[in-house]
Amino acid sequence: MALMNYAQAACQALADRMRADPRVVALGEDVGRGGIFGQYRGLQQEFGAARVIDTPISEATIMGAAVGMALTGLRPVVEMRVVDFALCAIDEIVNQAAKNRYMFGGQGRVPLVARLPIGLWSGSAAQHSQSLEAWFAHIPGLVVAAPATPADNYALLAAAMDCGDPVVYMEHKELWGLEGEVPPQHAAPLGKARLARAGTDLTLVTWSKPVHAALAAAEQAAQQGVSVEVVDLRTIWPWDREMVLASAARTGRLLVAHEAVQAAGFGAEIAATVAEELGIPVKRVGAPRIPVGYARTLEDVARLSADKLLQELIQFVSSDDRKRSIA
Amino acid sequence: MNRHSASINATDTSPAEHLLALYRTMARIRAFENAAEETSRGGVAVFGATTDASALVRGPLHLSTGQEAVAAGVCANLALSDYLTSTHRGHGHTLAKGAGTTAMMCELFGRVAGTNKGKGGSMHIADFAVGMLGANGVVAAGIPIAVGAAHSAKIRGSGAIVACFFGDGAINRGPFLEGLNWAKIFELPVLFVCEDNRYSATTATDTMTAGEGAAARARGIGLAAETVDGNDVLAVDAAARELVARIRSGGGPQLLHALTYRVKGHVSVDAAAYRDRTEVESAIESDPLKLAGRHLAALGVTAERIAEVNKEARAEIEAALAAARAAPWPEPAEAYTDIQDTGAGQWR
Repeated sequence: MALMNYAQAACQALADRMRADPRVVALGEDVGRGGIFGQYRGLQQEFGAARVIDTPISEATIMGAAVGMALTGLRPVVEMRVVDFALCAIDEIVNQAAKNRYMFGGQGRVPLVARLPIGLWSGSAAQHSQSLEAWFAHIPGLVVAAPATPADNYALLAAAMDCGDPVVYMEHKELWGLEGEVPPQHAAPLGKARLARAGTDLTLVTWSKPVHAALAAAEQAAQQGVSVEVVDLRTIWPWDREMVLASAARTGRLLVAHEAVQAAGFGAEIAATVAEELGIPVKRVGAPRIPVGYARTLEDVARLSADKLLQELIQFVSSDDRKRSIA
Repeated sequence: MNRHSASINATDTSPAEHLLALYRTMARIRAFENAAEETSRGGVAVFGATTDASALVRGPLHLSTGQEAVAAGVCANLALSDYLTSTHRGHGHTLAKGAGTTAMMCELFGRVAGTNKGKGGSMHIADFAVGMLGANGVVAAGIPIAVGAAHSAKIRGSGAIVACFFGDGAINRGPFLEGLNWAKIFELPVLFVCEDNRYSATTATDTMTAGEGAAARARGIGLAAETVDGNDVLAVDAAARELVARIRSGGGPQLLHALTYRVKGHVSVDAAAYRDRTEVESAIESDPLKLAGRHLAALGVTAERIAEVNKEARAEIEAALAAARAAPWPEPAEAYTDIQDTGAGQWR
């Protein structure tokens, strides 16, 4: 067992793969100095500037060049700093990386990992705080992952580098310093969720940083006699339909929570699927459809706290109980 | 019909035989474009045209008719192991890099025997087996990909170079600046080829472009840049040979600005009535095949020999058309393949 933080775990995964496979390279702004969050610390010293490549502030070409590298025998890991900046490379992600294999009839593969950190981040306001996982989940050809713990950041990043498809890898910017055990053999296959807490009254599906709020809310709910099962989805696409449906079928209620804007968020997809498949009550909770404000009081409006989640799930269970007793 | 060796300049031949080889590539492209144009009538509803269910080539078809010298002259200097990225107007580049015309025509017809199994069509034609990494539906999008392929070649020490074709419209997009800058700071083996046909869709590019254009912009980023008559295949060949030699000897990225003319409209059904008639007539007068024909005559090649090359090219394309007509369609189930391995089967 090794204790490391979320950033160190990712760095470790990258270092391990770079040692094992000379085709793995990393490229992006400031990666040679360790990356702005320390998630590349020490890598350029070990692997050299030819493999840990400092680039100009040219998001479109960082991503497009990674596509060209991936097509010709390398396995690039792309740093986009924050997902908001990746919007300068949206053609390269959506029209090039995601479409290449299909539109060229399977002639090529684009084995790249694009790191697009998401989430609220200490007063970073409207252009550095978004959670856009639903955008990328919508695009055929892409895999989308969002780890919640250091252990999963190690294992999911390793799986993403091994996967062979273009992976949009979304770390959360308020998790970099989170410490946790990373067991040496820990594996997190893409597409497999993690049962973070067992429960019987309600299934709470979430991912990324809100997993921690969900676990805190579940703990408090237990004290009020409500037993909450928490599923950490880990991979947004393909999402673990099997685990979510099995859990929701057992508990009879589904709540999906995410930090992203609720309207047209990925929670809607999960809620709709569960409603279609099981016909049980479903509910979503996400941010209001507002840009993230700078002032703490404004930022907090977009924040998904444990208290808010607790309130939502208690309300859900009690109103559903009332309906059931009336029926 | 089948894949041809791309590198015409790999073997020493007489000046006449060399030019004849370049001419043959151009004649094959011309025959291919003419056949594609003919079979695309009714293929797309745009510019006032309506669709007709009998059209064999569907969707937007961007023809390189009249621009053949750029593809032929540049690709004569590439090896099969070199890479190429192209534009939405990419048939000529693909053919000149060595792709087979039957597989190419099958792709335009949307057949499973196409280069892309019918999944891409004209706008996404590609043949990775000959290093042709794809035409692209997005202007300038091939530039970063070409730069990445060159970066990869440098990291892997493969010795391959990349020819990156784009049009005059592409120099007004951000990836042109980003890509050239990137190629220069990393000294990558890329030949940027601005195939300047003077039109950005239906708009004259010079009315939309400030400054002195592609070569001047490239020089501003520190690249060496040459401007040539893009309708003179010998001039393109000679300039490309020099630039490619510099790249192969570690001289870093270079830019070739080839001045040509888009004889057809933006897409095949665009009559391009927005252009001055005399401009088009003068462009047809400087047609690259006519020009090369005059050079060939001066080198003592007979009219019969040239006619024979034209006839062979047309016969090759007739055979490709016949094969494409007879070729099977992809099964609908093919719509679900070649997307991704992780999550395969989870289509909704």
